[in-house]
Amino acid sequence: MSELNAFFSGADVWTLAVIAGMAVVTVVTRSFFFISSREWLLPHWAQRGLQYAPIAALSAVVVPEILMQQGLFISTWMDARWMAALVGVAAYFWRRSVLLTILAGMAAYLPLHLGLGW
Amino acid sequence: MQGLREMAPQAPGVAAWGLMTGVAMVKSGMGVFESVAMTLMVFAGSSQLAAIPLIVAGAPAWVILATAFCVNLRFVVFSLHLRPYLMHLPRWQRLVLGYLTADISYALFTRRFSQPSAQADQQTAQDAYLAGNDFLNWGSWMLASLLGIALANVIPTSWGLGFAGILCLLGIQCSLASSRMRILSSVVASVAAIAAYHLPLKLNIVVAIAAAVILCLTVERLRPQLLPLKPHTGPTAHE
Repeated sequence: MSELNAFFSGADVWTLAVIAGMAVVTVVTRSFFFISSREWLLPHWAQRGLQYAPIAALSAVVVPEILMQQGLFISTWMDARWMAALVGVAAYFWRRSVLLTILAGMAAYLPLHLGLGW
Repeated sequence: MQGLREMAPQAPGVAAWGLMTGVAMVKSGMGVFESVAMTLMVFAGSSQLAAIPLIVAGAPAWVILATAFCVNLRFVVFSLHLRPYLMHLPRWQRLVLGYLTADISYALFTRRFSQPSAQADQQTAQDAYLAGNDFLNWGSWMLASLLGIALANVIPTSWGLGFAGILCLLGIQCSLASSRMRILSSVVASVAAIAAYHLPLKLNIVVAIAAAVILCLTVERLRPQLLPLKPHTGPTAHE
């Protein structure tokens, strides 16, 4: 019983509703232009906006996670995260592989984080 | 069958990625049950990983969904490309195939079939290719993610494996940085997200996206010569 409780712990209706909403977002975005049978086009500004919004959204989530600590811009260079991110970006542009970005970044991150406590 | 075969070399990469997403989800503070539900339902690694810090921080649902939507907007571009290939199918089949077609399947499918066919037997071959490809991608992603969630419980949080999720998003970010204007969008969004960090409800994310997109559209209007002749809508290597 306690294992079952542990499995469900922290699950609340709000989070599950958000998850269901995200599933709808997946369906709508992946099928966007073939949901309707009629031919139609987005206005020009929205088509252009599609070029820029995805990378903006990722940057807005990712960069503060790398460069901020407890709500402040990092005040020391001894932080494993920005170094690992730099290694990851270099690895990406070397081989154009996201998997390699993760592996190289973690290979830099773990020794600094676990070994030196950065 | 061909769809399965061409997906096969990609499957280990997809699986490794799914494994790390599974571990990263739990290590970023999601419950096991929620992580399983998210894996099974959302099936979009980048939007899952982007949403988790927001869910953990208690951001309002609309901010989380708007962020997931923006991260997924690249699929809107793909769907425009896929439309002529799929319109002969009934709507529910289009929606199922759309839901299951993530970055890698899109890239392989459009590379294999550069033109949509008007002939029935050719269309069936294209549909079969896409379905086989989607199936293998979905299967390897799901198995690996669930395994990752299970493994995450035996790995101490202090190792900081949640950071793998951030690195994953960073890699996708690099794969999208295919033009100078997109790099500008990335820089503006990063600066704005840090500058507006103290806004409540994680609104800094929304402000950053709006600032980046509006600025890029303004630059396009004022300096059209900065645009590449052929806009980049190419596939990114993901999932």
